[in-house]
Amino acid sequence: MSKPKPFEKPIGLTDYIPPLVEQLRQVETTLLECMARWGYREVKTPTLEFYDTVGVASATEDQKLFKLLDRWGTTLVLRSDMTAPIARVVGSLLRHEPPPLRLSYHANVFRRMAEETSRSSEFWQTGAELIGDDSAEADAETIALAIGCLQAVGVTSFRMAVGHVDFVDGLFRECFAGDDTPAEQLKQHLLLRNYVEYRQMLHTLDIEESVRMRLTQLLSLRGGEEGRTVNEVFVQAKGLTTHRYAHEALDHLTRVWRVLSAYGIAEHVMVDLTMIGNLQYYTGLTFEGYTQHSAFPIVNGGRYDHLLSFFGRAMPARGFALKTDRLLESLWASTTSKQPQRKTMLVLYSPTEQAEALAFATVQRQRQEMAVTTRCVYPEALDWTNDATRMAYLHEQYDAIYRFGIAEQEGGGDM
Amino acid sequence: MTSSTLRIAVPKGRMVRQVAELWQRARLPWMADDSRKLLIALPEAQLEFVMAKPVDVATYVEYGVADVGIVGKDMLIEHPRDVYELLDLRIGQCRMCVIGLPEVSRSLTGSWHEVRHRVATKYPHTASQYFREQGQQVEIIPLNGSIELAPLVGLADRIVDLVETGATLRDNGLTILDTMAMISSRLICNRSSFRMKQKRIVALCEKLSLVIDE
Repeated sequence: MSKPKPFEKPIGLTDYIPPLVEQLRQVETTLLECMARWGYREVKTPTLEFYDTVGVASATEDQKLFKLLDRWGTTLVLRSDMTAPIARVVGSLLRHEPPPLRLSYHANVFRRMAEETSRSSEFWQTGAELIGDDSAEADAETIALAIGCLQAVGVTSFRMAVGHVDFVDGLFRECFAGDDTPAEQLKQHLLLRNYVEYRQMLHTLDIEESVRMRLTQLLSLRGGEEGRTVNEVFVQAKGLTTHRYAHEALDHLTRVWRVLSAYGIAEHVMVDLTMIGNLQYYTGLTFEGYTQHSAFPIVNGGRYDHLLSFFGRAMPARGFALKTDRLLESLWASTTSKQPQRKTMLVLYSPTEQAEALAFATVQRQRQEMAVTTRCVYPEALDWTNDATRMAYLHEQYDAIYRFGIAEQEGGGDM
Repeated sequence: MTSSTLRIAVPKGRMVRQVAELWQRARLPWMADDSRKLLIALPEAQLEFVMAKPVDVATYVEYGVADVGIVGKDMLIEHPRDVYELLDLRIGQCRMCVIGLPEVSRSLTGSWHEVRHRVATKYPHTASQYFREQGQQVEIIPLNGSIELAPLVGLADRIVDLVETGATLRDNGLTILDTMAMISSRLICNRSSFRMKQKRIVALCEKLSLVIDE
């Protein structure tokens, strides 16, 4: 690469100018406040972590981690998610806190993206983790909270898809009787959402026709708000396999569904048993959230029961991350109304009136929800306060202009 | 694009006629074909067609400006996308092959140093990955068309290209050295659209499945 031009920054990184920061802050505050109302308390962790601990434990592929060396040559990573750092904190600083722990976060995370994609390498995530509770209620709570968060920031049209890694796992174990190779390849096709390759591989495998049929039917195990009801999907799914893992998964999902119905949010949720999520990481229920105004998921979450044991405190856990930047973008796309702007005031003063003007500004800042800026006008520069065009421009910029020791001109010109 | 409209990215050019035939066989609404417009709406069917350059279809779908699209598997191999690959439409069928002059195939098995390891192709990523897997270090020369010319004029000794009937190869005295992949057009779908417009997309797939050539 040639020497960067002065305005350039590394690929995938973003500057936030004031209006964007204000929006991001508002979304962040609303989300964290929503989580707080569900009893989730915020944690902050360092940007840098050890590669051998948080780096290895995170769900991020190794080649996507930003790595660097500290002065002793130990490999560090820029955090690629917040779940692994939180697990570290729960296993150390919070190890005496009795479960369940409800924790929330808002943080920037870093992932190296392929050069040709225009994806971000640094992005914001706002999320929650519910650690140390094995129940379906706890799983449903995080889905309900994710939905509550979307509603709190004003996302109206969204859908949550829920799956369970053990259903596919049980079905494949039964169909391939412990032969891992085809099962792993088929899972890979599902993971990459490539139904064509999945079907083509089924055609080439030397398996009974009935098994082929069942594995093909897996692709249609999807339902919810549109199309088939969730219960129809569960019934069909039960008919496809007798494997214990698969049935336990379906029973668990059925219990989760009952809770979601009790929350009154089942209409937003659909089931997709082909959705398996990151295979090394998720251990049970997984979910993804979508809105019409974003081409990519805005929420990812699920059960990760193995992670906490890495940090010496084996406990079931689940959580989700909202993609705050995508949420922001989708809100830009969906709303026309601007958020209320802070009122602005300009205080102009001559050097002789300095004390009085600045005292006035201080009082205004204390008294009102107002942005107050001050500006000293020296006698030799007084001309421009008589310039109608410039003053008109200032009047556009500020809701109010106060003057100390500077005469107001009508139309400019005469003193 | 309103939330109830389904937007379909169609590859402009030689594939349009085959896609149109497939669509009509499935009794799906299709646009009037004399149009030169790039964005064609069928409001009564709540459909929109985007006429895209074939290499761009997958980009439109990945970024959600089209809900679904029809794209050659060769494009998806060259540049993997974060989309659903829903159906093999079994049109635009061909093979992606390594091609060379007959004497190259002999020299590859004989004295290796006689071969200049240059490969010309429209698919630099795919070709590079393939030869690495074969344990061969080659120099990839990206070209944009008339790839068959490269071995004839001595620019490269082998090429990676699509072969439909093999007629062009025979006419130019070239031979297939290896078949890398079977190619056909695929129906792909944006991740968000697959959830938000599930019913319409499932219905589209079902109708198409009924008429796809087995």
